[in-house]
Amino acid sequence: MEVSGELNKQANEYISHYPKDQKRSASLPLLHLLQKEHGYIDEEGVNWVAEKLDIEPINVLELVTFYPGLRQAAPGKYHIRVCRTLSCAMAGCYDTMEKFCEVAGIDRSKVTHHNPIAVSEDGKFSIEFAECLASCGTGPVCLIGDDFYESVKADNVAELIEKYD
Amino acid sequence: MTAPKYIKGKEPHKSEYRMVFRNVDRRGWDVSIKSYIADGGYKDLKKALKMKPQEITDEVKTSGLRGRGGAGFPTGIKWGFIPPDNKKPVYLICNCDESEPGTFKDRYIVHQDPHQLIEGMLISCYAVGAKVAYIYIREEFPEGAKILENAIEEARNKNFLGKKILGGKFNCEIFVHRGAGAYICGEETGLIESLEGKRPYPRIKPPYFPAALGLYMCPTIVNNVESLCHVKHIIAMGGQKYANIGTPRNTGTRILCVSGDVVKPGYFEVEVGKITMGELINDICGGLRKGRKLRGVIPGGSSAKVLRADEKYTIGTGESERTIGINDIPMDFDTLAACGSMAGSGGVIVIDDSRDMAWILNNINTFYAHESCGQCTPCREGSLWMKKITDRMVSGAGVPSDLKTLTSVGDNIAGRTICAFGEACAWPTQSFVAKFPEDFKKHTSRRNAGKQLNPESKVAAASLKS
Repeated sequence: MEVSGELNKQANEYISHYPKDQKRSASLPLLHLLQKEHGYIDEEGVNWVAEKLDIEPINVLELVTFYPGLRQAAPGKYHIRVCRTLSCAMAGCYDTMEKFCEVAGIDRSKVTHHNPIAVSEDGKFSIEFAECLASCGTGPVCLIGDDFYESVKADNVAELIEKYD
Repeated sequence: MTAPKYIKGKEPHKSEYRMVFRNVDRRGWDVSIKSYIADGGYKDLKKALKMKPQEITDEVKTSGLRGRGGAGFPTGIKWGFIPPDNKKPVYLICNCDESEPGTFKDRYIVHQDPHQLIEGMLISCYAVGAKVAYIYIREEFPEGAKILENAIEEARNKNFLGKKILGGKFNCEIFVHRGAGAYICGEETGLIESLEGKRPYPRIKPPYFPAALGLYMCPTIVNNVESLCHVKHIIAMGGQKYANIGTPRNTGTRILCVSGDVVKPGYFEVEVGKITMGELINDICGGLRKGRKLRGVIPGGSSAKVLRADEKYTIGTGESERTIGINDIPMDFDTLAACGSMAGSGGVIVIDDSRDMAWILNNINTFYAHESCGQCTPCREGSLWMKKITDRMVSGAGVPSDLKTLTSVGDNIAGRTICAFGEACAWPTQSFVAKFPEDFKKHTSRRNAGKQLNPESKVAAASLKS
């Protein structure tokens, strides 16, 4: 996991947002930078953040294992997050999820609480359920990478997926 | 300021009172500072900077503004809790972790009107003496974080933010801090721990009231996005005039987010307490789908206790005491509390007679089991236990004793945890089981053993194996 000069520069900018004796506050911003660049966070990444912030690696690893938004395994080229929570479920998100898996060729049968992400065989798509994406009036909703989509019924899935190559 | 025109098909309902959502879905509007200033933006900041900080706090107290995040605590009173002899730096944090299921209001402020939030924050920072503020935004709003960062940059270029703001003595910086997908970060002390770079385990109160011992053990004010926007309007019109909007003790406007089984779900800014549940569902949201009947309503985010459609509620005291049905409940903090639930975050989830309440509760339980931070045993174990029981029910493996166990687990979480998550995860179970026993009994009767009565059943059954 290589850290580019640009990424290092951005990391220093984030560190400057917090008091000098509170560098640890920059943990999440730095982890987000790494994950954005590499797709997930590995041991080297954890060590790099720890070194940047003068903290022990365990203080970084405990964040990676706690927060659902941080990953320790590589997702697909495009990572899909389908909202699972009540209003979206009432609007049919379970059907949406099933359709995504069918169209993208993803098998979710091995998914567990600790490994919530399933990746397609060709590595192009990965998917997981997300807990409430805060758009309950327009469910089912999903995020593909950073792109947000509303009213994604099972019927619209195939067309949506085609946008991603 | 001209009267705004709205995008076709997204016009506000005639019963709405648009203040905070004035620019949402507005025609010809964008997130640039140019749009905002052309509409009179940052005028209220200029006005505020001519006042004394204490005067601003007094106006907010007079306005009667109650926090819009969930607890409904008076904002001005919260600000007043900063110790008067404080010598440490003061921080302001905007809670933009919007994650209570059923709530989707802050999303639109952030994505469509970021400068309103920034102006409200700057006024609030000046009032409480904060030189640094953070916007803690949930990770699932990546676009929102970018919009806010740009808006902050624009405001800095115009000297609304930074050093010697508008040539005066006030310095203030705002930074965006992104969360990482944990619901518990919406709890203010959990949020503070997260912002300090730790796991977001909530702190125990007392002693850790953020206004005294908050971020880095310094006085910290944590306010919701919508609350901070209201501050701007309070300064614009004066606290007394603001207090005349809405109803006594429940002043101002608030944004109600309606989802679930209505024809026209959406967000509606209304005067607090001026409309009833019936008006909200039937007039503003176009009623239920054809041929459907109302079964229940979760009135303030998924943790609020469910209200049953055919229940009677006694509200008011003494001579004003009266008994009303669900449709006549005014949507305000105090009445919903008197009805045994809460106004919470303003997220109203409507449930019709096509739904199985065991399935609904199972969905909610899955959420809370996933989101418990794990710090307190009753919540960590109990939330998962409740999920497992409802998983069992909806997957056709329920047994008659499940109902009693479910209630007893819920009863043993509430009141026994460090933060309010304990109540948040217990209230749905306690209320759904008490109010809709017939739905649960259907799943636990031997007659239905092995039957999967719902679309979610397969997933629930699979999760029992893992």
